[in-house]
Amino acid sequence: MALKIVKGSIDRMFDKNLQDLVRGIRNHKEDEAKYISTCIDEIKQELKQDNIAVKANAVCKLTYLQMLGYDVSWAAFNIVEVMSSSKFTFKRIGYLAASQCFHEGTDVIMLTTNQIRKDLSSPNQYDTGVALTGLSCFVTPDLARDLANDIMTLMSHTKPYIRKKAVLIMYKVFLKYPESLRPAFPRLKEKLEDPDPGVQSAAVNVICELARRNPKNYLSLAPLFFKLMTSSTNNWVLIKIIKLFGALTPLEPRLGKKLIEPLTNLIHSTSAMSLLYECVNTVIAVLISLSSGMPNHSASIQLCVQKLRILIEDSDQNLKYLGLLAMSKILKTHPKSVQSHKDLILQCLDDKDESIRLRALDLLYGMVSKKNLMEIVKKLMLHVDKAEGTTYRDELLTKIIDICSQSNYQYITNFEWYISILVELTRLEGTRHGHLIASQMLDVAIRVKAIRGFAVAQMATLLDNAHLLTGNTQRNGICEVLYAAAWICGEFSEHLEDPMQTLEAMLRPKVATLPGHIQAVYVQNAAKLFATVLQKHEGETDSQAAQETSQLLIDRLPLFVQSANLEVQERASCILQLVKYIQKLQQKNVEVAEEVTALFAGELNPVAPKAQKKVPIPEGLDLDAWINEPPSESESEDEKPKAVFAKEEPKHYRSRNTEVDEKELARRREVRKQEQANNPFYIKASPSSQKVYDAPGVEHIPVVQIDLSVPLKVPGMPMSDQYLKLEEERQQKEKAERKKKEKKKKREKRGKGRKADSGPESEEDITPAQHVDIVTEEMPENALPSDDDDKDPNDPHRALDIDLDNLLSGFSSRPLADSEKLPVRTHRPEVLKSPAEDRVSESVPPETKKKSSKEKKEKKKDKEKDRKRSKEEKKKKKKHKEVEEELLESQPEEPVQSEETKEAAAPPTSTSAEEVTVPSSAVETSSAAVPESEPDEPKDTEPEDTKSSKHKKKKQKKEKEEKEKKKKKRHHHHHHHGEAGGEDSVQNGTVEEEEPLPPMSNYSVLAENSFIKMMREDAEQVYDIQGNHQDESKVVVSIIFENKSDSFLKSMEFNVLDSLNSKLQRPEGAGPHDGLTVPFQLPPGVSNEARFVFSVQSIVMPQKLKGTLTFIVKSDESSTHEKLDFKLHFTCTSYLITTPCYSDAYAKLLESGDLKGSSLRLEGINMPFHHLLARICFHHHFSVVERIDSCASMYSRSIQGHHVCLLVKTSDQTVSIDAKCDEPSLLGNVLDELKQTFSKC
Amino acid sequence: MIKAILIFNNHGKPRMSKFYEHYTEDTEQQIIRETFHLVSKRDENVCNFLEGGLLIGGSENKLIYRHYATLYFVFCVDSSESELGILDLIQVFVETLDKCFENVCELDLIFHLDKVHNILAEMVMGGMVLETNMSEIITQVEAQGKMEKSEAGIAGAPARAVSAVKNMNLPEMPKNINIGDISIKVPNLPSFK
Repeated sequence: MALKIVKGSIDRMFDKNLQDLVRGIRNHKEDEAKYISTCIDEIKQELKQDNIAVKANAVCKLTYLQMLGYDVSWAAFNIVEVMSSSKFTFKRIGYLAASQCFHEGTDVIMLTTNQIRKDLSSPNQYDTGVALTGLSCFVTPDLARDLANDIMTLMSHTKPYIRKKAVLIMYKVFLKYPESLRPAFPRLKEKLEDPDPGVQSAAVNVICELARRNPKNYLSLAPLFFKLMTSSTNNWVLIKIIKLFGALTPLEPRLGKKLIEPLTNLIHSTSAMSLLYECVNTVIAVLISLSSGMPNHSASIQLCVQKLRILIEDSDQNLKYLGLLAMSKILKTHPKSVQSHKDLILQCLDDKDESIRLRALDLLYGMVSKKNLMEIVKKLMLHVDKAEGTTYRDELLTKIIDICSQSNYQYITNFEWYISILVELTRLEGTRHGHLIASQMLDVAIRVKAIRGFAVAQMATLLDNAHLLTGNTQRNGICEVLYAAAWICGEFSEHLEDPMQTLEAMLRPKVATLPGHIQAVYVQNAAKLFATVLQKHEGETDSQAAQETSQLLIDRLPLFVQSANLEVQERASCILQLVKYIQKLQQKNVEVAEEVTALFAGELNPVAPKAQKKVPIPEGLDLDAWINEPPSESESEDEKPKAVFAKEEPKHYRSRNTEVDEKELARRREVRKQEQANNPFYIKASPSSQKVYDAPGVEHIPVVQIDLSVPLKVPGMPMSDQYLKLEEERQQKEKAERKKKEKKKKREKRGKGRKADSGPESEEDITPAQHVDIVTEEMPENALPSDDDDKDPNDPHRALDIDLDNLLSGFSSRPLADSEKLPVRTHRPEVLKSPAEDRVSESVPPETKKKSSKEKKEKKKDKEKDRKRSKEEKKKKKKHKEVEEELLESQPEEPVQSEETKEAAAPPTSTSAEEVTVPSSAVETSSAAVPESEPDEPKDTEPEDTKSSKHKKKKQKKEKEEKEKKKKKRHHHHHHHGEAGGEDSVQNGTVEEEEPLPPMSNYSVLAENSFIKMMREDAEQVYDIQGNHQDESKVVVSIIFENKSDSFLKSMEFNVLDSLNSKLQRPEGAGPHDGLTVPFQLPPGVSNEARFVFSVQSIVMPQKLKGTLTFIVKSDESSTHEKLDFKLHFTCTSYLITTPCYSDAYAKLLESGDLKGSSLRLEGINMPFHHLLARICFHHHFSVVERIDSCASMYSRSIQGHHVCLLVKTSDQTVSIDAKCDEPSLLGNVLDELKQTFSKC
Repeated sequence: MIKAILIFNNHGKPRMSKFYEHYTEDTEQQIIRETFHLVSKRDENVCNFLEGGLLIGGSENKLIYRHYATLYFVFCVDSSESELGILDLIQVFVETLDKCFENVCELDLIFHLDKVHNILAEMVMGGMVLETNMSEIITQVEAQGKMEKSEAGIAGAPARAVSAVKNMNLPEMPKNINIGDISIKVPNLPSFK
């Protein structure tokens, strides 16, 4: 044996380790892939060995290969193996590998839950740390749900190292399992004031992340953060807090006012640039939020701008960059204070760093005014020429266009200048933005009427020189401009000086090399030009010119008719035929010009980009309703080809379309046309759109005669500069003129003076050169103003939009609805899906119930509030519907009930602290007491009964209603656990829905005194018997500790006197009499749940264990040591597991004859049979196998595999139970417990 | 939130990659390549921020990087992180590496990827900054190293010996890329407490 180990370790020495692998890869530079594939084969061999060290080594190598881009997910299972090694060295390797390659889709993650839980509770802090680190990378919703409680416990760990990791990972848990946020939040908040700065920083970190997404929920934390901000010296924490304030101030301007002063102080005092920068940023945010309310913060703005200027002037590029970034934020609200630094920003445009130039560009966008636009753009144009690299140049180009076109060309005073700029931009080589320039040209030409003449002239030049744009095939981006040019020339051809020349330019053979859509526009607009030419020559005696034009078209168009592009082909052949016809008429000397022009009559108006979307849906129109019944699938397939051009797929068309279809289609078309004609909202192609131009004044604005003699001919020369000069001159002249005017005391303004807008005098002393008549874009009538941008529905942070205020209001009120408690082990689905849904309140002696009823009512109100609130919240979380369902439907029943139980049971014992041990009979799970009132008045305790008790009188009326509701609900239940829980739940006695079942709880008071109450859940979760524990079973007991005093409870120790049979599981190294530390502390009014594991050897006998809880009560003045004794009772029932059983298997079991029988008779049971069954199922963990009328067979199995079968019959208040089991003493005890259960009724 | 931390050398070879969101291996490699492409063409004396967030997540992400000798350290972060803070964090990271490896060079990172990950895990967890105090980080890293050694115990000795022998006949182990020698201009930041 020893030899084997030695041999193993020697073998291992010669295995490749990570270093060898790396070295090998470096030595095989030529055939790296091949070398690695042999290495992977080796690794596969190593993974097959039993030696964990070898495996760990292999996994370590895989981590390296993963970084190189190799998929190692095939080794996921081996990684899990290495993770579960007991040695830290290997465990760490395993977790590292897992964190690198596990994700939500990795299926072996399911296997890790228990391992991680074990590691989290490991006595070695580094085991826990490694597990937390790993988990932070691969946590899934399932893991988050299962481990949330464990991690929450770790948040109060003694070691700060663990605490800070646990706090940090909670954020990931919240993201994956939003339900955990509310229960965990109070503790998270507590950690903000942790003595350890690391933990504090982690908590700040988490809350800042949370608050950034849903700031409004965290406003109430502002005072706490404010305190932290003024007290903390940790810059990292300060930065986070200050950033958080930046997010909070827009929601609460009052906060901003408070912040200004301390922030200003920080700005003055700190030497840390990072902190300074964040302070400035937040001050800016505050100022933005205040900008409407309080204007007098110019001092703060000045301070910010001044500090930012220092940053921008700094030689450190990083500071320069950030300074510009922050500056752009100020710009939005206080443009004037930034504009004074224009020089500095223009300087940054010359910076060698592209990021800085881009930032400066952003700033320029906001800094332009009518005055400086031309100057700035000129500067930018210079940069465009100088710029290296197309990306930056393209960026410049878009910026120029953005700057000029912003807010409806607000800053452009001279559109001729702008058109020239656009034309200049077309000379950029290889830009991608030809389309952008084109759309600007179109937009300006269409919307600024006064400029059309000039634009058309420019476009004609462009068309004439089209070869410059298209000469180089690489420049194809820019040829989009020709699209605009052709369209403008065609549409506004009345402004053309020499339409004939343009027409000729448009029909050059070279055009055929342009993209199809541009050719199509060429052809169409050639026709428009043709119409113009005809019109011009109409009436002339000599029709030569007109006929020449026709001939030109007839000569050139066939080129386009042959085009491969359908659109071009179609238009060309259409127009060609038309021209041929016109030619014929011309030869007969018929005047056709007017008719031809009529083809293109009417104006096209711009349509707002969102116009289509904003067409309101007329009343009574249901867009989802079928207009015609949907055709069968084969038919719909047939329709497809019609959408495509028929010529493309002629066979398709002919073969499939029957005549009937044709007719049908025609009919539909007719109907549609009719409908469109009657529909006022349908945008028709008819010239009805002209009505926009009827708007008063638009037509009467005189088109300015421009007496500028700018040479437009040479396309190679920039011309926009001249405008700059002219503009300056003009402004000078204007100024002089104005002065004159002023002297003459306001004569009438010049004809082209501004009528409409152009803002306040002070800023705009400049009169636009043309009247800027910007035609507004058309919108449909009744268009609804709407904001379209909703939050991204896939944002995981939406689910975390959870109201936390009621949590923060203090611990005195019950902070959480119990339904929100984090699931703990015992709440795992198996238990939930057991008959637990229909629960009977127990351990509530009737008298106490009456006594406490008043209290209860009050309590109830609170609870209702809580629950309503929580329900509302849940509604928000649409994403988590499934989980929510579970919570809404199943959980509330239990916990609320249990609360009542607590409350009800409280008064009799709360009087004396000494009399702590509640008689076990009243406590034990098997000894359920059902309040008399319940069968008659089940509503009283229904959790659904959220109507407050004020409405008690009305209740009777509502009862019926509620019953129905409940029925529905129950249906849901059954559906719900029918899926997962097996048949037992379906048969749980409620199938007929005779009468609603009273709710049941399985929490019972274990012990309590004036300080603390211990509640114990009886549905012990039974572990799978694993590994070397084969001879014993584990039982988990969940105990809720509730602090009833006003003091802080800490250092709780839970100890149990072990018996021979049952032992409390203690951590390694602890003596058999040592207590277990409860892993949390309890502030006043708070309750928390802890779980203790017991190992049990024999399960045939019930057990009682004596235990003690010691704790320290710490109030403001003093702290005392207190003690509470209790008795833990393990009934035999608690060893039974609800196990479904099919009736045939059940029959076989009974036939086998291995089981020994016993029976029991109960008298005077007057409860419905299904209640009785439900009770047995719930309290004794049985499942119903079969039920026939008043007779049912039931089954359960013990954790050690004993079968227990029951046959329950009832007649006239008498219940007889025949039972069989392979272990008679177990059976005897179970029957005794059954009897006890029912003797309490 | 930090979305990813990448270390690669002047030739774009990855030396460590840590993604805090899941990507397939191919996407990861592509991100590394593109990030390298973006970062490597920048001059030494330009700012350390890049709005190249299109690689990972949305446009609100930023790349914040530093270039030390032969290595680029790149952090991809979203808007909740302070830019200068992250720059400082990179500095802390590199200094910590320097302390743990004693004059760290690229080869240290190549041969001890796991150790680099372990050091990083003490600083950043799940994309959030865990610790910025260098001495605290080093304490924790060393404590875990000690634990590892004690576990290996005597059994680990022969393996270590073999590894030492293997390293002896490794001619190309020069520690030439010493970041300690290269002065790094850090903006006037206080070290984090």
